Amino acid sequence: MKALSARRLRALCLKEAYQIIRDPSSILVAFVMPVVLLFVFGYAINLDSSSLRLGLVMEDQGPAAVQFEQTLKASGNFVVEAGPSKAALLERMAHGRLRGVVVVRGDFGARLAQGQGGAAIQVLTDGSEPNTASFVGSYVEGLWQTWQQQRGQNLARHERPMIEVQSRAWFNPSTVSRNFLVPGSIAVVMTIIGALLTSLVVAREWERGTMEALLATPVTKAEMLLSKILPYYALGMVAMALCLLVAVVLMDVPFRGSLLALFVLSSLFLGCALGNGLFLSTVMKNQFNAASAALVSAFLPSMMLSGFVFEISSMPTALRALTYLIPARYFAGSLQTLFQAGTLVPLLAANALGLALLTVLWLGLTAMKTGRTLE
Amino acid sequence: MLHRLLRLIRKELQVILGDPKTRVLLIMPVLLQTLIFSFAATLEVRHATLAIFDLDGGKASADLQQRLSRTPTFARLLPVHSEGEVQSVMDHQEALVLLRIPQDFSRRLAEGRPAPLQLLIDGRRSNSAQIAMGDVSRVIQAYTVERGVRPASHLVLRNLYNPNLNSKWHVLPSLVALITTIGCLTVTALSVAREREEGTFDQLLVSPLTPAYIMAGKAVPGILVALVQGAIIVSMAVFGFGIPFSGSLPLLLVGLICYGLSLAGVGLFISSISSTQQQAFLGVFAFMAPAVNLSGYVAPIENMPLFFPGARLHEPPYLLHQHRQGRLPEELWFPGRPARPRSAAPHLLRHPLPGPLHVPSPHRLTGPLPTGAAEGRLMERRSSKG
Amino acid sequence: MTSRAALPRPEAPTAPPPGGAAIEVRDLVKRFGADGPPALDHIATWIAPGTITGLVGPDGAGKTTLLRTLAGLLAPTSGTVRILGQDPMAKGSLREQIGYMPQKFGLYEDLSVQENLDLYADLRNVLGDARRKSFEQMLAFTDLARFTDRLAGRLSGGMKQKLGLACSLLGSPQVLLLDEPGVGVDPISRRELWRMVRELARGGMTILWSTAYLDEAELCDDVRLMNGGCILAAGTPQALMGAMQGRSLHLTRLSAPRRDVLQRALRAPEVLDGVIQGDQVRLVLRDAGQRPDLGPIQAGPEAVLVEVAPRLEDAFISLLGGGPGGDSPLAGVTREVELHLDLDPQAVIEARELTKRFGDFTATDAVSFRVPKGEVFGLLGPNGAGKSTTFKMECGLLKPTLGQALVMGIDLKTSPSAARQRLGYMAQKFSLYTQLTARENLEFFSGVYGLRGDAQRLKIQEMIEAFDLGPWLSRRTLDLPLGLKQRLALACALMHEPEILFLDEPTSGVDPITRREFWTHINALAQKGVTIMVTTHFMDEAEYCDRIGLIYRGRLIALGTPDQLKRSTRTPECPDPSMEDAFIHLIQAFQAQLDEVVP
Repeated sequence: MKALSARRLRALCLKEAYQIIRDPSSILVAFVMPVVLLFVFGYAINLDSSSLRLGLVMEDQGPAAVQFEQTLKASGNFVVEAGPSKAALLERMAHGRLRGVVVVRGDFGARLAQGQGGAAIQVLTDGSEPNTASFVGSYVEGLWQTWQQQRGQNLARHERPMIEVQSRAWFNPSTVSRNFLVPGSIAVVMTIIGALLTSLVVAREWERGTMEALLATPVTKAEMLLSKILPYYALGMVAMALCLLVAVVLMDVPFRGSLLALFVLSSLFLGCALGNGLFLSTVMKNQFNAASAALVSAFLPSMMLSGFVFEISSMPTALRALTYLIPARYFAGSLQTLFQAGTLVPLLAANALGLALLTVLWLGLTAMKTGRTLE
Repeated sequence: MLHRLLRLIRKELQVILGDPKTRVLLIMPVLLQTLIFSFAATLEVRHATLAIFDLDGGKASADLQQRLSRTPTFARLLPVHSEGEVQSVMDHQEALVLLRIPQDFSRRLAEGRPAPLQLLIDGRRSNSAQIAMGDVSRVIQAYTVERGVRPASHLVLRNLYNPNLNSKWHVLPSLVALITTIGCLTVTALSVAREREEGTFDQLLVSPLTPAYIMAGKAVPGILVALVQGAIIVSMAVFGFGIPFSGSLPLLLVGLICYGLSLAGVGLFISSISSTQQQAFLGVFAFMAPAVNLSGYVAPIENMPLFFPGARLHEPPYLLHQHRQGRLPEELWFPGRPARPRSAAPHLLRHPLPGPLHVPSPHRLTGPLPTGAAEGRLMERRSSKG
Repeated sequence: MTSRAALPRPEAPTAPPPGGAAIEVRDLVKRFGADGPPALDHIATWIAPGTITGLVGPDGAGKTTLLRTLAGLLAPTSGTVRILGQDPMAKGSLREQIGYMPQKFGLYEDLSVQENLDLYADLRNVLGDARRKSFEQMLAFTDLARFTDRLAGRLSGGMKQKLGLACSLLGSPQVLLLDEPGVGVDPISRRELWRMVRELARGGMTILWSTAYLDEAELCDDVRLMNGGCILAAGTPQALMGAMQGRSLHLTRLSAPRRDVLQRALRAPEVLDGVIQGDQVRLVLRDAGQRPDLGPIQAGPEAVLVEVAPRLEDAFISLLGGGPGGDSPLAGVTREVELHLDLDPQAVIEARELTKRFGDFTATDAVSFRVPKGEVFGLLGPNGAGKSTTFKMECGLLKPTLGQALVMGIDLKTSPSAARQRLGYMAQKFSLYTQLTARENLEFFSGVYGLRGDAQRLKIQEMIEAFDLGPWLSRRTLDLPLGLKQRLALACALMHEPEILFLDEPTSGVDPITRREFWTHINALAQKGVTIMVTTHFMDEAEYCDRIGLIYRGRLIALGTPDQLKRSTRTPECPDPSMEDAFIHLIQAFQAQLDEVVP
């Protein structure tokens, strides 16, 4: 008996395909959710603030203060809300209606005229959301500098600091957060299809008793494994194409790499994710437990530890070490490079190597745990 | 009837807690996630690499580099020696930010002339890179002040409630919402699906219990799971991570119960439209993944297009978020805590985002640069020659 | 025990028949876990080619484990297994020679009939002409040709069973292993299955058939009786039944209630086992020579004992040491049901023109019946005929499209809660909370029906004693043997002392001894005036009913006592029809009528 018969493999794959097509929940997870998630990451999660609500108390109505007020309002970063007193606006901030309050003191103009550096603008932010608070602080500071510069030019004074920093972004020049969030979220979507969906499939056969019937036929272990991998690999690739299309056509995210590189990396990544899901499914033999384990071991790390939103280098050493075991780490990085930078072979090759090793690990473990008996 | 309801709830808890695997699956992830995510989920930048292309080699340049090497943002400075190396370092993500110090930097500074510096950031990771860039700018500004240049006015920045903008103070309270979402949803959605698969649901339906009681019997255990998980995270936050809790505990409890109730509602709805446990699980997942991301936990809600916050009104995390804004649970933690002014001196201002020092507006980055990366590099080369 | 020695012992495995054995097992031991108890304990037997061999035994006897070991799905702990001379665990072409049908049929429910067939044909290397031919043959054989596009999940139980068989038969295996194919399947389907298997055996196939239905096993060429992982007896059904000669009797012409008679008869020391069979009581004696004294049985002045032909079930019960007694401890703890005065005792359960439509399909069509107090009323019918729909409407799980389902005169549509408090329900497959312990299940079901405090504790204690649940209380229900699950499920349904009891296929898949025990309890309840409505596929069980409603094509096509139904189908060819004969005859007659009207 051959270890691999093309006919048996085809029959098993066909069966798996019918099951995918006929289960609305797998279609939902494979096609609808990726698009929804892509849009969520593309539009809803906007790390570039644009409409934060800022309170402004103008105790001084002198020309300099008014000019500062105009700079704030013209920036487009804030929805500025003028208030009668600091106390009233702070109360509003305590209720979460404002992200920050800017106070221009009554003696602002006078002190400014003195030129001793004593003129102060107070910025109070809502620190309960540190990230937003940082946004508010730094944007106001940027605007303050803008205002200062304008004043310097207007008044022709030597108030320009001596070091000028010119910054520029290497890739993604407009620094739109969508451009890196969307490629990163594709890694999350692929994890869902690869690990979560497959974590259900072997366990389902055990629960429904079909595994027993399959094992009683001449099916070999290799055929069994491949028949679980290939259809979901195809599904993952279709979803990948869908994601690529949505990202590039609908969301205007640039894609600068080569499709071949994307294909190779996606294949390797799906190998890891599928291996992970199948392993859990094979070991647990119970859909609920396998899916829960997949959620904790694959999905959440792909969000949190892949470096796609949260910087890996900022994590403590132990966690950083852990990320080397997360396939999404390699994939999210590769995707960000492929989308925004292009085919940078050494970088991608290193990621591909990481993925290949993890693929071998997971598929190997799965093959070890897959038996030809019911025990 | 109350007694019967209690019996129903007790049975549900026995089912959940009776199975050692389920018990582990309800508690272990909570502990693990709280530990891992509180460390991982930070938008701060630490231990990054700063590449330095020093064409100057003068004293000012060395001083500046010394100060940069002392920031927690960068674990190491990577010296770069040629334009080609600049490209390769940036391409291969060896550095998050690259500082280019032109030839005449020290000389210009000594002469009192404006001295330009160039910062290159990796746009693939634009958020982290911009945060890191802010830190670089702050060091540079501090250096300027040190050299005796003082602007006529200054900003006094104070962060209320969380004066040091410690991200754990934000992450851990948010985890209360995120983790209880998973726990409560799966418990409620799957318990009905399981009873249906095992046939015990019919048994309940022929009993004198009315549908309202059966639903309540399913919802309450879900809420209890949310409460216990919430309590675990709150305890870990307060006792393990030392995060101050300064709000009202009863109010937090009320908030969690309301939140649990709305989650249980969603869970029951999912279970009503799924015929198997698998469908229920995927349904929970399909709801949860977008909901968690839309909760305003990662990015502020007002940044979302109108469509999303509108859609989000139907989702529980929004409810929690509203609570949070209305002092639950996060404000519960901080209000009333005297917000210490960090320092009046401008050079100590916290400045984590772009905050480019002499940039006309925070949008400056969008302005003059060409869009293509290749072109960007070209521009870079040209400007370095020029 | 003496009777056991008289039976033929398993033949020595060292002496296979001249042509060689199709299946040969030597000293087979199988343990789960290193030091678990043996699931198969030194099994030694062989099976001749071209025969149908029945594998019978109580639950947990090791039948499924043995079949799985033969199919190569479990590795033996020690001993050898040879099928057609080969080791099933070894890599080779043997798998193509073995057809195996697991208990759940092994079908993919989201694949159509044709897709299932295609899949298994590909897996079993059935190709080209052979494939086309075997498909044609299988579809004709199983009468599934009209349903090739239907999803397997939408087939009725009987059709699933046939499809499962067809899938395991592809590639014409030489050995066919069937694991309880008859569970939950109506008599018509079972008879068809039997016809198909018989045909296959004639073609030279060796068939091993595990079953809990002794009447099925009786038709086999050879029988292996298992208990506790051992083979207790082997031989032809005739040989096994021969040992029972003279010990099977009918107690007939009763004038006392038959349930009471059975109860008293089982008290006689000479009686080993007894069941109700229509208007008679069937008894099995411990010893052919010693008949019980009819006096204390009080069966009536005209009652007589008539010797009848023994059945395989008699031999089975005898080998296992006899059936349970006729006294249910439940009798001591159940109150006499006293109905409300203004309630008609002739209509405790009533269906008035009960109709249920699902879209265009009418599942139940104007069914009417009345069940008086204390009656055991059976609903019978083929799979998918509308029996379950009627049953579900009657206990309030489905809302009728038209008509009324009345319980104690209360319409379940209008005031469900009040009526539900008074009815007990035992679902198919003993729906208990498998994650809970036995005690927790008892506590839950009593609590849900409003019992609390001392009353609850007392009732639980009574049930524990009545059903002898003591040693199992802290075990998870999942790990309980099937028979205990059934007992526990009945205890849970009776906690609130219901006046009406609904039983949905209560003994499906359960062995004859557990079945007898169950009916002892049901009889005790009926004697106390509890009205019982039961659905079943089991003809033995139908015999216990006072009256039977036969449902076919959504309509009530026959209603009467078991003997009335049997008598109505008496024909010259079949002068003494069994319940199964009557069932099949009535349905075929009705179908013929339909065919006449709509040719």
